[in-house]
Amino acid sequence: MTTDTVAPRHSPLTPQRESFWRLVHAEWTKFRTVRGWVIAAGVTITAITAFVFVATGAGRSCTGSSGPLACPGQPAGPGGVPVVDTFYFAHQPVAGDGTITAQVTSLTGQVEVGQAGNGAPQMGPGLQPWSKAGIIIKENTSPGSVYAAMVLTGSNGVRMQWDYVNDTPGLTGSVSASAPRWLRLVRHGGTITGYDSADGTHWTLVGSATLPGLTSTVQAGLFAAGSYYDSKFCTYDSSFCTRATGVFRHIGLSWPATGWTGTNVGGAGPNAPSGVPEPGALHQSAGALTVAGFGDISPAAGDAYGGSGQSLQRALDGTFFGLIPLIVVAAMFITAEYRRGLIRVSLTATPRRGRLLAAKAVVIGAVGFAAGLAAAALALAAGMPLLRRAGGLAWPVSLLTEARMAAGTGALLAVAAVLALAIGTIVRRSAPAVAIAIVVIVVPYLLAFHPGSQPQGSGPGGGGGWPLQITPAAALSVQQAVPQFHQLVAVYPLDNGYCPLAPWAGLAVECAWAAAALALAYYLLRRRDA
Amino acid sequence: MNLTARVAAPRYLLGQARHAAAAALGAEWTKFRTVAGPSWLLAGVVTLTVAVGVAAASAARCQSARCGIDPATVSFTGIDPGQAVVAAAGVLAIGNEYSTGMIKLSLTAMPRRLTFILAKMAVLAGPVLIASALAVAGSAAAGRLILPGHGFTPAHGYASLTSATDVRAAVGAVLYLTLIALLSLGLATAVRDSAAAIGLVLGVLYLFPLAANVVSNPTLARHLDQIGPLPAGLDAQATVGVHTLPLTPWQGLGVVALWTAGALLLGALALKLRDA
Repeated sequence: MTTDTVAPRHSPLTPQRESFWRLVHAEWTKFRTVRGWVIAAGVTITAITAFVFVATGAGRSCTGSSGPLACPGQPAGPGGVPVVDTFYFAHQPVAGDGTITAQVTSLTGQVEVGQAGNGAPQMGPGLQPWSKAGIIIKENTSPGSVYAAMVLTGSNGVRMQWDYVNDTPGLTGSVSASAPRWLRLVRHGGTITGYDSADGTHWTLVGSATLPGLTSTVQAGLFAAGSYYDSKFCTYDSSFCTRATGVFRHIGLSWPATGWTGTNVGGAGPNAPSGVPEPGALHQSAGALTVAGFGDISPAAGDAYGGSGQSLQRALDGTFFGLIPLIVVAAMFITAEYRRGLIRVSLTATPRRGRLLAAKAVVIGAVGFAAGLAAAALALAAGMPLLRRAGGLAWPVSLLTEARMAAGTGALLAVAAVLALAIGTIVRRSAPAVAIAIVVIVVPYLLAFHPGSQPQGSGPGGGGGWPLQITPAAALSVQQAVPQFHQLVAVYPLDNGYCPLAPWAGLAVECAWAAAALALAYYLLRRRDA
Repeated sequence: MNLTARVAAPRYLLGQARHAAAAALGAEWTKFRTVAGPSWLLAGVVTLTVAVGVAAASAARCQSARCGIDPATVSFTGIDPGQAVVAAAGVLAIGNEYSTGMIKLSLTAMPRRLTFILAKMAVLAGPVLIASALAVAGSAAAGRLILPGHGFTPAHGYASLTSATDVRAAVGAVLYLTLIALLSLGLATAVRDSAAAIGLVLGVLYLFPLAANVVSNPTLARHLDQIGPLPAGLDAQATVGVHTLPLTPWQGLGVVALWTAGALLLGALALKLRDA
């Protein structure tokens, strides 16, 4: 008598891998066969996309003394970036390659030091951190033209800045007659190189700027700008503006000298509807040139932007409307199993409980990511033309930024779904799980609009305060379309699409919450009876 | 032998109309106090509201006389998340009966369904009122202790933090939370599923102010602030710049009461007309 031996079936995959993806497939089947859940995922996409039409309606309007009026045009720099380009410029035309060198022996200024009884600012001697004076090579004197400059700042040392958004540090420390700073710009074709020195003999390379399409004849000279600073009164009376005054000696030009001309570039203030000119000053004495000026040379971000455009982030304002149905489904993805007793069947089929939780997280995370990505791509595609029609985009948005906003929205929803799933595993019951998930994910965004949460002074960092820094709602920052600049002291309000954290940092905060909740859920799921 | 003489009518049928309400109240109160859930939720309302209120008051700064920040709004920041727990308590008051099947037993014992739902409302409203009063009193006390140290001083125009206006704001906050609990009870009765009901209630509460924050049309934003229960309820809690709000305080509370009445009516009708 013989016995047939039955060979066990061999899978091409390792047994563990195979069973995990089968588990994911099983969980996916559970998800897609509940009609209500699929509908809720559809509602998530629809809500985000449909809200584009509400959020991108009318453009912002600027308020003058006699009611709302059209916003003054904002000059645009290279690449269409809106800029503040208002300063005092002592210049002479120069042609071709050459070098400009100057020694700065003093940088002083006037700033707001307090308030008078009638609310008007009291001005006193002092400097803003980014008050600046220095040497500059600029294509022409019209606002928005390309430039490169070596500047001395109020409290940020020597910097090389070019084309409004670029900033590189040089020597640190402040300037005085005993510790002067030497600045030098060298033009070679379309490239301008900046050097600084403490003694005029030992020079250090600070940076090199390539200015595309720079004409042969440009304006070279000295400038001063008080820095953009939020003072409503500056637009009506320039004696209330922040001013910087630089004293220059040993000025050397390799080009033939033609004499200095003083120009108020930009003419009026960055957001002056009344058109008050901002006079600068140029004093020439024996061996020294004193240049004083208001205004700033900088990108126009935050409230320094006075135009009527909007941030592209508005197109994604419906995210929270999509989050609520997704959170409900994600929490129920596990709590429904507890309610029906299906969890006992699931855990019998998958005795290693962590794998069950992982499979559920993979499925609901993938659903959230797909829904978020699809909705954001649709919303951005529809939002761009709507915003253009409503008054122009405030800032040009690169394709890379758009891709980050769309993928980031997908990730935001995916992580929120995983967080809701983990909360559902921890509390095991639908209503408390949904309530907790909505409170930690959605409500902080509401709190961010509370007056107490908004920063009051000027400074980089964005609006929203603590609710958008430490809670899962911080992930909203991944949708920011407009950059912040460390070299621009301005208010960055949440209304204009500025969050307190950098895009990926905000998403990381949400991920940390989800990871912590998932770890607790794993621990409890293993330890507890089902 | 006279059999009928020996069988007395059951005690509970005597004076039925008078006792039915009391019996229903007693039964609901027993259900409420003999499970741990509601007590934990109400303790959670107090803790969460006061904790967030303390955090918001610690973060708030008033640096000049023109800061215009409402100290009551800052102190009562915790009501924003706290009302979610109140809503959960309201939803679970009836949602648990549906999820466990207990509702069939309850309606068999109390066939008068309106009496049943009215008793539920009364038993929910009482403890929620007490918990809300504790939460609001705690938040107000925290604000009074913390805010004067953060620039909310008489020099900046905050003469007193316990005027008649502040008492009105506190009473408005307590009534608001109680109305939200009843609103949740009404919607949960209509929906019969806890998870869907809590999603619906929190959607109704939070989406109006979120939408008002982001719509670009100011008229539409103001209307959203007038009809949404949460922003209308916030108007009842304001103490600074009251005349610039979209609604007066009592109008705001009236809007919330209308939402609650509508939800309860919907729930009661559904309960009356539908199979359990």
